[in-house]
Amino acid sequence: MFTFTLPELLQQMANGLTVGCLYALVAIGYTMVYGILRLINFAHCDIFMMSMYFCFYSISVFSLPWPVALLLVVVATALLGVLIEKAAYRPLREAPRISLLISAIGVSYLLENLATVLFTGVPRSFPAVGSLQKIVNLGDVRVQQLAIYAPVIMLLLLAALLYLINKTKTGMAMRAASKDFETARLMGINVNKTISVTFLVGSALAAVGAVIWGQKYSQIQPYVGVMPGLKCFIAAVIGGIGNIKGAVVGSLMLGMLEILMVWRFSALSGFKDAFAFIILIIILIFKPTGLFGETFVDKV
Amino acid sequence: MLKIEDLRVSYGGIEAVKGISFTVEEGQIVTLIGANGAGKSTTLRTVVGLVKAAGGSITYNDEQLIGLSTDQIVKKGITLVPEGRRVFPDLTVLENLKIGAYTRNDDLTEDLEWIYSLFPRLKERHWQRAGTLSGGEQQMLAVGRALMSRPKLLMMDEPSLGLAPLIVQDIFSIIQEINRQGVTILLIEQNANMALRIAEVGHVLETGRITLSGAGKDLLSNEAVRAAYLGKSK
Repeated sequence: MFTFTLPELLQQMANGLTVGCLYALVAIGYTMVYGILRLINFAHCDIFMMSMYFCFYSISVFSLPWPVALLLVVVATALLGVLIEKAAYRPLREAPRISLLISAIGVSYLLENLATVLFTGVPRSFPAVGSLQKIVNLGDVRVQQLAIYAPVIMLLLLAALLYLINKTKTGMAMRAASKDFETARLMGINVNKTISVTFLVGSALAAVGAVIWGQKYSQIQPYVGVMPGLKCFIAAVIGGIGNIKGAVVGSLMLGMLEILMVWRFSALSGFKDAFAFIILIIILIFKPTGLFGETFVDKV
Repeated sequence: MLKIEDLRVSYGGIEAVKGISFTVEEGQIVTLIGANGAGKSTTLRTVVGLVKAAGGSITYNDEQLIGLSTDQIVKKGITLVPEGRRVFPDLTVLENLKIGAYTRNDDLTEDLEWIYSLFPRLKERHWQRAGTLSGGEQQMLAVGRALMSRPKLLMMDEPSLGLAPLIVQDIFSIIQEINRQGVTILLIEQNANMALRIAEVGHVLETGRITLSGAGKDLLSNEAVRAAYLGKSK
């Protein structure tokens, strides 16, 4: 059972890395929104799903060249995220947090059902983007090109995001607003605009994640976002929700563990999804704030 | 400079401010004194747009402020040092000061020097997280952070709250110094004694109404004020 060759291990780790990077792109959106609104944005997984449909329509239906399509998808998804925030969360800014949560669940159902009406429930197959699905040989390891691009894309976007948050005025506004809306306003920060930017960025990252996801798991239907969404949320919690680096580390860990488990204990592969939840339960028992979680000082 | 006319503010049916009027002239130190719940904080919070007015008007250099958002008001040169200081505890002293200058895009070196000359302690501790500062230092940081926006009108909500008497003296002399350098100040205090001593004009608020106005010195010697706020009844 524990005999395997090095290429096999590398092969699986490459898979795990890809999945981890995909999780990270979506998990960052959960963690950013939580950081600023203290809201678990249940609609995030459906923004991800809508993004996949946007991509399907622009490439498979309207036959746009993929770079144009990709740009459109990212822009459309980012705008969808901002729109959802404006329509469903902004009116509840002064309301108790539980109302916000219920609203998020409502938006999630709305998007899933809207997608069923608009796109029907018939599964579609996701279009190939560029040459991401091509197989390349790295020594004895055979992987999709995706396995090389996914980490590179993820790291580039992560670096850009960290720069935005730590080095720019917008980032300064985001950090201030995530601590204390009222004081942030007194500094002259437009909190609503800052929250919109947060949704814009989180949704754009989810769009990139969705396109790459589609290269690996190519079937889409209106509920396609639910399981990845839950996994990414779990990854964000593992890393310590509200912490961006935590979300990335949590995602890589979860992706890697999942793939390795399925590989070594193939008899249990049916329990792959349950495995993520087991990790979540363990984390919640032993380190409820996650690996890099802030020590919570509740907003006064 | 700032003109408040017949301002009324309600919280869920309860009228906290019941039609007050006063003006703040450029270069003055004006203070509002009164007990808890008199409507002092509410008045300041309404000026910066954190609380919505139910009626009346607030004009700043003849421009109506009611209806503007807080960030727009701050950009006009009004700022509030909030009650309880509210520094960003996880950020360093320097980062807090930089956030104070959020509305500006020019070079901050001179302003930082200015703040550090007012509060040398902040310079020593510029790399420390604001949450690790003492109460007095946090108050200094809150004032410094507010000054970084180069306000024309600086409003302060109980800067002496919870501070040791010596520190309170420091803070008040710095408030005077800031005023001498050309910043108009609207101060609310429960420490009426200290506030009236430095203020040119004082207003006494009781349950949402101004009951008495006058020069700071006159109010200090006023029998009713002494009885109610200075604890020196005959």
